[in-house]
Amino acid sequence: MSTPSVEPVPLPAKRRLAQLAMLAFAVVIVMFAYANVGLAIDKQIPSGMLTYGLSLGGFMLAAYLVLARFAPWADPLILPLVTLVNGLGLVMIYRLEQAKPPAYGASPNTQLLWTAVGVVLFSVTLIVLRDHRALQRLTYTAGAIGLFLLISPLLPLIGHSENGASIWIKIPGVGQLQPAEFAKLALIVFFAGYLVAKRDVLALAGRRLLFIDLPRARDLGPILIVWGFSLGVLILQKDLGSSLLIFGTFIAMLYIATQRTSWVLIGILLFVGGAILAGMVFDHVYARFEVYLNPEDPKLFARELGGSEQLMQGLFAMAAGGILGTGLGQGHPEKIPLAISDFIFPATGEELGLTGLMALLMVYALLVQRGLRTSIAARDPFSKLLAGGLSFILAWQVFIIVGGVTNLIPLTGLVTPFMSQGGSALLANWILIALLVRMSDAARKPPPQAIQDEGMTQVFQR
Amino acid sequence: MNGPLKRAALACLLMFGLLMLNVNYLQAVRADDLRADSRNIRNFFDRYEVERGRITAGDKVLAESVDTGSNDFRFERRYPEGKVYAPITGFFAPESERDMERAKNSLLNGTSADLLIRRSIDLFTAKQTKGANVDLTINPKAQEAAYKTLGASGKKGALVAIEPKTGAILAMVSIPSYDPNPLSKANKAEVNKAYAKLADDKDQPLLNRAIERTYPPGSTFKVVTMAAYLESDDTLGPQSQVDAPQLLDLPNTTADLPNSGGAACGSGRVTLSFALERSCNTPFGKIAMDLGYDAINDQARKFGIGGDPLAVPMPVAASDFGPEEDKAALAQASIGQRSNQMTPLQMAMIAAGIANNGVVMKPYLVNKIADSEGGEIESADPEEFTTAISEDTARKLQEMMINVVNNGTANAAQIPGVTVAGKTGTAETAEGRDPHAWFISFAPAEDPKVALALMVESGSAGDDASGGHTAAPIAKSVMEAVLGR
Repeated sequence: MSTPSVEPVPLPAKRRLAQLAMLAFAVVIVMFAYANVGLAIDKQIPSGMLTYGLSLGGFMLAAYLVLARFAPWADPLILPLVTLVNGLGLVMIYRLEQAKPPAYGASPNTQLLWTAVGVVLFSVTLIVLRDHRALQRLTYTAGAIGLFLLISPLLPLIGHSENGASIWIKIPGVGQLQPAEFAKLALIVFFAGYLVAKRDVLALAGRRLLFIDLPRARDLGPILIVWGFSLGVLILQKDLGSSLLIFGTFIAMLYIATQRTSWVLIGILLFVGGAILAGMVFDHVYARFEVYLNPEDPKLFARELGGSEQLMQGLFAMAAGGILGTGLGQGHPEKIPLAISDFIFPATGEELGLTGLMALLMVYALLVQRGLRTSIAARDPFSKLLAGGLSFILAWQVFIIVGGVTNLIPLTGLVTPFMSQGGSALLANWILIALLVRMSDAARKPPPQAIQDEGMTQVFQR
Repeated sequence: MNGPLKRAALACLLMFGLLMLNVNYLQAVRADDLRADSRNIRNFFDRYEVERGRITAGDKVLAESVDTGSNDFRFERRYPEGKVYAPITGFFAPESERDMERAKNSLLNGTSADLLIRRSIDLFTAKQTKGANVDLTINPKAQEAAYKTLGASGKKGALVAIEPKTGAILAMVSIPSYDPNPLSKANKAEVNKAYAKLADDKDQPLLNRAIERTYPPGSTFKVVTMAAYLESDDTLGPQSQVDAPQLLDLPNTTADLPNSGGAACGSGRVTLSFALERSCNTPFGKIAMDLGYDAINDQARKFGIGGDPLAVPMPVAASDFGPEEDKAALAQASIGQRSNQMTPLQMAMIAAGIANNGVVMKPYLVNKIADSEGGEIESADPEEFTTAISEDTARKLQEMMINVVNNGTANAAQIPGVTVAGKTGTAETAEGRDPHAWFISFAPAEDPKVALALMVESGSAGDDASGGHTAAPIAKSVMEAVLGR
């Protein structure tokens, strides 16, 4: 009677059952899409549908179980959203392989295998990395690994170039890897750790000029170094996409860490300067601008190197899709060059239409939103920066590649996260998701409940 | 850090917003141009995505789409009868189509508004819409007989056979012809090469001589002059006498109009029937000069010459009696020379009009169009085109044309047990080239089942007898085929 009623602290719901239901829903959508392809092309349900669906369902169930055991408080939406996009990517690659003649290089089985490995890496990350703050101790190690991975394609023996871009390494017995995909993870860990340590000086020192706070000249060091590296990637590896991706993410994280708009302005100035410089010096950069401004030009269309044909083929495909699309298996997405990788978005647009593309963009946007929410809910600056950086790079990557293939911005080659064929990107992105899940678990986990009625407790407050 | 994080989140929202706006803009504004772009290979695939309807004649399949199983070019157009029917069927090339394939394209490919109901049903029953089938009026036996016998002459030429009472075209042959199959492949480069080769051929195999070109009709046109004469006076008949000098003085010229080979025509005063049987030039020249340009031209117009352009449904070149000049020109035009230019189809219509007691029926090639399930979409409705001459005049002309076959220049067209009527023709063309041989006929005269016109380029040695010798047997074989003999 005398004990005062204690308001129980409301716990955030785990929503594990809802997550399982949504996961099942995502797998069912993918299986329907798969059946749709078979019915359209061969007039029958593809013989492997059950195996295919069961494998995907099995992988995701495994991922779910690991998540439920090792990160029970994690955001319930992240895994189903990734499953849906990954699954639709698998269906599109399967569909492109079913085309007669098949799209060059389409290999749905390899991609399914990589998905499995991706889920394994996701699980391993969750199991091994119980506390992501451990990464903060690895700040400079991660930086060194990131830089090494970034320049590894230029190293003799393992380096390998394809389609004019030196972005591959060959590991005997394993195959090819695109180290930049892993480098971006390591670099974000590095940026987060570094900026947390230096944010005060980067945020506060400096003087005010007109209406913006300019940093001190000597604090410009880090941004100039990253800028220099991005330009290096662009020049030496001819990889516009990764260069833009890394630099843009760094600026975003710098801004999040310091709250200083001046960093964004300096970043944009450096970027525009670099782009103009690159455009003047390098034909292939200039060509991208020309194509962007005037893709319909017959001269550019006919140009063999750096022409607008592949962009136009993608636009033709989306136009053919219209509002509702031709239906899976009923268009000609295999006519788009690189339909399985850079151009998987227009390929999807042809068969699923504007409706499908809007839904797909919405799924990506939701995924990014869940990541940013994790970042806002996180309790320490390192987690905030890491989650913010990982979410931003996802959005930024989707923007660069989708904007590129839809003629919104100049086209720079990047994979569409989780959809494009290719093991490196898939594995790296699954690790990225594991990190987000880990952090969202930490953010949503209720803090240890204070023990009530402990008697006299001395509370110190600093 | 939450402040800048929220602004970063806004930036992400903005990026996705831009992407979404852009894909919508792409569909709303740019898509139409992109779809119409000639470099968009999908336009080209669409042609091969549908199972086009068949073109048939009797029990013969003239054109059909065959499922190749290929993803890009699923249906390939094939023409089992090849050259024989090519001038009628046309071909289905990657970027264009010809003749019947063109004239009935929207029905054959299923996009016509007339097929709306069929398409709606197919949508609900999840069936793939097929094009409508086009059945022609062509009588395969007559067509093949004509192609064979005309082809055997080794000359270029054309033949059109019509059912006089309906206007249904029973045969339409043009020689030399071409094989539509190589022109209907999906490979643009190969098709263009094959087409260029045919287009460069000096024998013009792509030309449908039956309807796309006009020729001077020669003496076959005399039936029109005769019709005008008979119409001008009811008392005239096959036995009426006319002047038939050896040479007809052409006013205001130094030239005279001779008979064929400069021969005499009987005793110089002959019956109308005799003049037609022997195909004398002088009496017709004189009749025309007496009647005047307007009378002959009006008569020609009543047979459909120089009127609205015909479509069967392929467009037909305009035939023309020629402009009014002087009497000399009129005399020459009235025997089918000078600027007198006729398509073989027009001459067949003249024969059919005479056979059908003066009423010319509108010629047509499409008998019936039915959707893929057999539901009728349209069927031929025979239509009177013109009334060219009175029944009385028609009877007199029929009698005289029977005499031409029985006693005159066309005895090679006789069919035992059947009354055949006809008229031969020889049309002078360029100096130094053999004249064209013509023949128009119909049978049986008392209940006409077939009327035809036949033209053999450079098929005459110079007179009607030799022309008749070349042309009449060909006509005979076609008439026999129609009459089932």
